[in-house]
Formats: sequence, C-alpha cells, structure tokens
Amino acid sequence: MSRNSWVFVTIIIIFALSLIALLVNPIKIGNFTRSGIVYGLDLEGGVRLVYKADLTGVEESNEKEVVNDVIAVIANRVNPLGVTEPNIEHRGADQIVVELPMPKGGLTEVQKERIGRTALLEFRELVQTLDADGNVIEEEWIPATGTYNGETKVLNSSLFKTNTELRVSSLGAVELYFEWNEEGAALFKEITTRLLNKPLGIYEGSGNDALPLLGEDGKPITPIVQTVLTNDGVVTGLSRKEAAELSQQLNAGRIPVPLELIGEKLVDPSLGTDFIKLSVRAGIIGIAAVMLFLIAYYRVPGVVAALALAFYGALTLAIFKLIPVTMTLSGIGGFVLSMGMAIDANVLIFERMKEELLAKTTLSSAMESGFSRAWTAIWDSNVTTIIACLVLYWVGDTVAFGGTVKGFALTLGIGVLVSMFTAVLASHTLLRMVVRTGLSKQTELFKPYTGRRLA
Amino acid sequence: MINIVSNRLWFFIISSILLVVGIVSLSIFGLKTGIDFASGSLLTVKFEQTVIPVDVEKELPGFGFVGTVETDAQGNIVIRTVELTAQEKTTLKDDLTAKFGALTELGFENVDPIVAKQTAQAAIWATAIASIGILLYIAFAFRKMPKPFHFGVCAVAGLLLDVIVVLGVFSILGKVANWEIDLALVTGILTVIGYAVNDTIVVFDRIRENQKRYPGVDFGLVVNNSLMDVMTRELATGVGVLFVLIALLLFVGPTIKNLVVVLMVGIYFGTFTSVFVAAPLLVVWEKGGWGSLFSRKQIPNKTAEVRG
Repeated sequence: MSRNSWVFVTIIIIFALSLIALLVNPIKIGNFTRSGIVYGLDLEGGVRLVYKADLTGVEESNEKEVVNDVIAVIANRVNPLGVTEPNIEHRGADQIVVELPMPKGGLTEVQKERIGRTALLEFRELVQTLDADGNVIEEEWIPATGTYNGETKVLNSSLFKTNTELRVSSLGAVELYFEWNEEGAALFKEITTRLLNKPLGIYEGSGNDALPLLGEDGKPITPIVQTVLTNDGVVTGLSRKEAAELSQQLNAGRIPVPLELIGEKLVDPSLGTDFIKLSVRAGIIGIAAVMLFLIAYYRVPGVVAALALAFYGALTLAIFKLIPVTMTLSGIGGFVLSMGMAIDANVLIFERMKEELLAKTTLSSAMESGFSRAWTAIWDSNVTTIIACLVLYWVGDTVAFGGTVKGFALTLGIGVLVSMFTAVLASHTLLRMVVRTGLSKQTELFKPYTGRRLA
Repeated sequence: MINIVSNRLWFFIISSILLVVGIVSLSIFGLKTGIDFASGSLLTVKFEQTVIPVDVEKELPGFGFVGTVETDAQGNIVIRTVELTAQEKTTLKDDLTAKFGALTELGFENVDPIVAKQTAQAAIWATAIASIGILLYIAFAFRKMPKPFHFGVCAVAGLLLDVIVVLGVFSILGKVANWEIDLALVTGILTVIGYAVNDTIVVFDRIRENQKRYPGVDFGLVVNNSLMDVMTRELATGVGVLFVLIALLLFVGPTIKNLVVVLMVGIYFGTFTSVFVAAPLLVVWEKGGWGSLFSRKQIPNKTAEVRG
C-alpha cells in the first residue's frame, strides 16, 4: 500500500474509534469510566460557591498547605449531599471554588451554610429574666460553661473525643452519638448537674452567627436534662438524613481558617435541560446545512469537505467526552468558532484549487498546489488562535468566575488542533484517493458551481 | 475588477462614522453591566400564578429592597438587587410568597464586589494580552516582508475597530432594550476577535504571497489583486457561518439571542474591516505617510499582465 493508503486507513480507524467513544455509554476500562458529555452548571443546573479564605496570620510558606486542608475538609462535607463529581479548586491566592451538580431536592440554605462553615455544635443554657410576679419577660440562650483546670470553658463539639456516629435507639429513634474527651466529660458533668430537669440548647456555630439546631419537626432541639451525664451523650429529634449529614460534617474536621462566601451561583436543572436538547438539534441542523452548501458549491471536493467535517465533529466531541471537557454555553461558542475555522480551511484550499484549475494545470497538480498554497494562511490563523486560547485559559484559570472564559479557550483550542488534522490532512488524503479514480476525468466536477460551465 | 484600494476613502469614511458612533454611544450610554462585572444578586423565580415584573418591582421597596425586575427568555421573574445574604434572600422569598403566592426558586447568583472587580479586570487583561500576542505573532509570521510590523499593527487596528463597533452596538441595545454585558458576551467578543484575526490573516497571507510573486509591482495593485483573489473565499466562509448562526437562533431561541447578535455583527463587520480597512490601511502606511490616506489617485489597472 502507498503512504496515502496507510494514512487513509489510519483516519478510518480513528473515525471509527471516535464514533465508538461517542456512542458507547458508559465506557468502562479499568478505573476509567465515562458516561456522556459533561455539561456545565449553566446548561445542566448546579451550584457554584466561591469562598475567600482569610489567610492573615498564616505564614506565606504554609498558605498552600492551609488552603489544601480547607479543600480536603470541604470535599468531606460535600460528600453527604450525595452528588456525583464535585469539583473543588484553588483559584488565585486565597479563593476556593466549589462546583457541584444540584443535589436531588435542591440545596437548602442550611446545607449551603454548612459547606463553608466551621462545623461546631455549641451547648447552651436558657437564662430567664422574671418580673416581680414571676412571669418571664425575657429569655436568652447563652453558651453553657463549666470550669476545667480553674478556667471557664464553653462546652462544644471541639471537645468530642472521636468521631460521632449514627445509632438507632431501642424505640427506633435516630440518635447522633458522641463521646467527650477528658475536658468535655468534666464540663458535661458539671453542666448537666446544674441543669438537671432544665432544658439544654444545641446550637450550630458559635457567637452571634450560631443558629439553633432544628429537629425533624422544624423546632429547635432542646432536650430536658434527665440525669447527670459524663462521658457521652446523644442528640435525638433529627431526621435520619439530617443526623447523617451532621455527623459527617462534624467528623469531616474543622476548617482551619475563616471562610467568606464571596460569590455563588445556583441554577435549577429545569432551566438547562431544554437548552441542551435544543442546541444539539441546532448543531446538527447547522452542520447539515453547511455540508449541503459545501457539496452544492464545491461538488466533489465539497463531498470530501463534508466528510471531513463529520470526522471533525465526531473526533472533537469524542475528545471532549474522554478528557472530559465540561460543556458550557461559552464552550459551545468555542466549538462553533473552531467549526467555522475547519470549514474555512477547506474553503481556502478549494478556492486555491479552483485558481490552479483555471490556469489549466492537471487536476492532481492543481489539488497538490491548492493544499500547499492554502497551508500558510491556515497555519498562521490557527497559531494566532492558539496563542489567544493559551492567554484566555490562563486568565480563566486565575479568576473565580473565569470558568466561562476557560471553557471557551479549551474547546476552541482543541477544536482548532483537531481541524488542522481533519480539514487538512484527512481531506487531502481523501481527495487524493478520489483523484485516482475514474471520477477525475470529469474535471468540471472538481470546480465550484458558478451558474455556468467553467471549462 | 472592483478597485477597493483606490476607493479606500469611502471605506475609511464609513468606518470612521461607525467608529465615532460607537465611541459616542459608549461614552454617553456606557455599557449596561451584568452582575458578573457590577456585583450584586440575581434571583430567578417562577410563581404559580401569573405575575408581571412591574408589580414585583413596585413591591420591592416595601420589602426593604432596592432592585429591578425583568422576565427571562422562559418567562420567569428575574430580580436583580445588591448583594444579598442568605438571611436577606430568605426574607425576600418569604415576602414575595406572602404577596404573590407560591414560588419556586430556579436560580440564584450572588457576586461580591471583590470577585466582580477581579472578573472585569481579567476580561480587560485577557483582551489586551491576547491582542499583543496576536500582533507579535503576525509581525513574526510576516518577518520576511519589508515591514513586518505594519502587518501586525494594521491587523490589530482592524480588530479594535471591530470590537469598538460591537461594543457600540451593545451599548445602544443596552439603552434601548436593556441588554447587559456579562461573561458570556465577553466570550462572544472573543469569538469575534478570533474570526476577525482569521480573516485578516487570510488577506495578508495573499498579499505576502503576491508581493513575492510579482516583485516591483505597485503595492496598491498587489493589495487590490489579493483582495479580489480572496473575495470568493470571504463569501463562501461567510455563507457557511451564516447557516450555523441561523440554526442556533432558530432552534435554541431567546436564551442565546444576545450571543448570536454579537456574533453576526462582529463576524461580518470583522470581514468588512479585514478587506476594506486593514488592507487599504497597509497601502496607506506603505506609501509613506498619512498624507496619502485620502489619495484618490487611481492605481494602474494591470491585472491581466500581473496575473500571468
């Protein structure tokens, strides 16, 4: 076989592999699994939270480590939400971007708060102010304190000994079980002694930001202390889901530095699904129209270009799926632009071929010089596009909300690289094959349509 | 043969008018920035009963919020306010439910001024650095030509003209139809830049080739012939792109209407600047000095001999 035939066979194999990669769902090879193209949260719905870590007081050499710790804790906290493929990234010096698909049933404010908040349960006692008649005129929950080693200490979950766990009582109620360390046990004993037959408040967080822990019935959980407790205890009244989440949050560890939520985006899946369906249809119709135009205008070379375009589409989308590249609105923009450039490469080549054919050279040499003459323009415009893509990717990667720009740069860059392969090498190889057949005697079939015969 | 180079005066006049209109519109109306760049909150809700935006907007001050209300492409209510905390958002939703009945939250976006500032700066930096990179590469690609830097500068001048006109159109639409600039539109502008660079390179590449092939021929003539050579390509590619854009507009609809408009205006005006502005500008510069900017001296018509 000639060199051209080998290239042709290789191209057919790559085309077949791309189609397989695209159509087989899910793909599973060892640890490598892919199912379908991944859509971004603007198209499929989801959550993006941007946090700024307060790194004052952290030595510069430790900053990276601290931020990585924060990311690890956040990853643990996101897990109980039951979402697939959360994406947690470090952007710039002190920002952390959390992206997840919308959990089933949405994301409540409490769940959202918990992701970035220092998970802490604080125990509180009720202080009532009475008037002369013994009526309550004011009441306030203040942190329950006790004395340990001569110091006044607040009782909270930082004194838990090991991981909390979920238990089911003999009556079938869900319990969040915890054990105290030595300090916690001493404080707990003192406090439960003092508050015997009185309510104990449980708050999430500390200080003014703390919120009462709400039970399944939507009311704050305030158990009455029945006996003096020392080493351990349980929180009851939570739903199973709530208790499981809370337990995991507490076990996930504490975030080492304060986090501030500086940006967020929540998109309900219902806003996106239609869009994906519609844009896929628009893409197919758009490509089909372009193919018809190429065939009608450029005839035989047009058919080759249409095939190259189909190859381009299959290969690019297969790469998007395998990497995977997350498709967003801007990603689609980048893809459309690279497709335009792929079409343009063929247009440039065929226009050159036409000129050569008008100069009455043979079909074969007209084709060869068409490709070689068009190459410099194709190369230069693709290189400048790739330069632009690199800059954009870099900028998109440093900005918290830069995902849009990054997605555009990535799809455009990949698309341009693929188009150099499909629109130039693949269509060249294919056209060489065609030129060797009997079809080449019909030279007019290789010239663009002009409304009348050229030859 | 159409004598584009000799008639450059007209194209420069048309471009200047558009440039002035763009700049004036930008300086008077400015750009209506979305919360990506201006910070704030965007809450998208769907009410169970029919609710019109004006009614919601009238109620906002009563709830203690300042904001504007619009509908999105799907007819949902979009409320834009200053940045909301989790608590303020809950309050707002409760107030809305009390007044207008049950609602579903479909989307919420909150952008802090820090992030907004960073995003805006990044958008500007990205455009600037990418333009410089393109300029340098074009100068490099045309390094064997007598004046490589001219090509780079003229290409970027054409680009800037294109971008200013697109932004100008957007600033007018912002005034007339409340269109906002957000990150998605920045991507649209980047796409436009990509196409414009591609167009300009195709034109310049032909000039480079023809100048090598016909040394000693008047530069104006070389440029004009090169423009004629690439004209069918410009048309064919333009038609191809048009199909894709029309398909997007017809089948995806209002969600990306803004993006498609940016692409249409930018891509076709970009082709115009590459052919009718950047290339003639090259001739002006080559002919030594801006005095020839408006020269209407006809270039000799020697196409037939030169084509060979």
